[in-house]
Amino acid sequence: MTQISQPDQQFIKVSIWRGAGDKGGYETFDVPDQESQTILDLVSYIQQYIDPSLTYRFACRVGMCGSCAMMVNGVPRWTCRTHVKKITDKAGSLTIAPLRNLPVIKDLVVDMDVFFDKWVRAEAVHHPTCSIEQGVQPVSEDTAERQAANAAIECINCAVCYAACDVVASNPEYLGPAALNRAWSLVNDVRDGGREAILEAVSGTGGCHNCHSQQSCQKYCPNELNPTASIAGLKRETSKFALRNLLNPAKKHNQGEPA
Amino acid sequence: MINARLYIMQRLTALIMAPLVIGHIGVMIYAVQNGLSAAEILGRTQGSYFWAIFYGTFALAVAIHAAIGLRAILHEWVRLDGMVLNLVCWAIAAGLAGLGLQAVYSVTG
Repeated sequence: MTQISQPDQQFIKVSIWRGAGDKGGYETFDVPDQESQTILDLVSYIQQYIDPSLTYRFACRVGMCGSCAMMVNGVPRWTCRTHVKKITDKAGSLTIAPLRNLPVIKDLVVDMDVFFDKWVRAEAVHHPTCSIEQGVQPVSEDTAERQAANAAIECINCAVCYAACDVVASNPEYLGPAALNRAWSLVNDVRDGGREAILEAVSGTGGCHNCHSQQSCQKYCPNELNPTASIAGLKRETSKFALRNLLNPAKKHNQGEPA
Repeated sequence: MINARLYIMQRLTALIMAPLVIGHIGVMIYAVQNGLSAAEILGRTQGSYFWAIFYGTFALAVAIHAAIGLRAILHEWVRLDGMVLNLVCWAIAAGLAGLGLQAVYSVTG
């Protein structure tokens, strides 16, 4: 990126949230309007040429790492893959803020601990079924369970869905769409041995049953995943699991149940 | 704030209410054909075990269903939590069940 100083240069007014914790306000910058510019390019320009104290987070710049999500004109987006031209209003202005539903560390950087802690609380972690000596368990791509797992698996942990979710905003205990989406992909994965632990973990007070199916998660997911559908799947499986346990408490339901 | 047990209870009570609502509306349409009067309604319901069980089940299902639904709203919008939330929801369930069963008793007793 190069600094622009041509006399006929057009500028975009960019309002950026500055502050730490709950305290702060918007500061406006004039950033040169360039061809094929992304939101992340605007933020980087400000940090490199106008105010080096601006704090933000990014890594890969190509939509793989999930680090650069921010609220852009009130909507959560991955900023490295969002072109300015697609979202500026007619006045050519932009408002960029830290992700909703997460505590702000400074400026555009949020504390992701809460988000990832909820993945662990949802048991959305790998539960191995084979040791290293036993090799890799074969996976059949044809089964309905594998297709359900594949449909949910491309999450990059960007927290866009978490920021978009109104249930997270009003019920801080709620595990959120990303953690539950990963839990659903693991429930359907033959290589994961934690089906029962996952179903129990997502059945508690902050679990999948709190979702109101408003579908903001799937509307804003940059990878076009559908966490609402994953959560609906978890609601079905947890209900079957709870009813089976109620009718036959002695029997353990663990592996091999179709989703 | 809604766990699996409450979720299942709310769905099961919805399953119970669905045919009862249809039965209730069907009887209403039938009952108004010859004009609607208290005497005509009481003539059909008083002393009837069928209508006592029909509307008694309805009142209990409503009490459970509505209390669970209001629990989510009270937590998300009024920020009630813990023991206070439990007590308020039990009070709502008990109040709805009490009022409903009293009304059922009044027309079928």
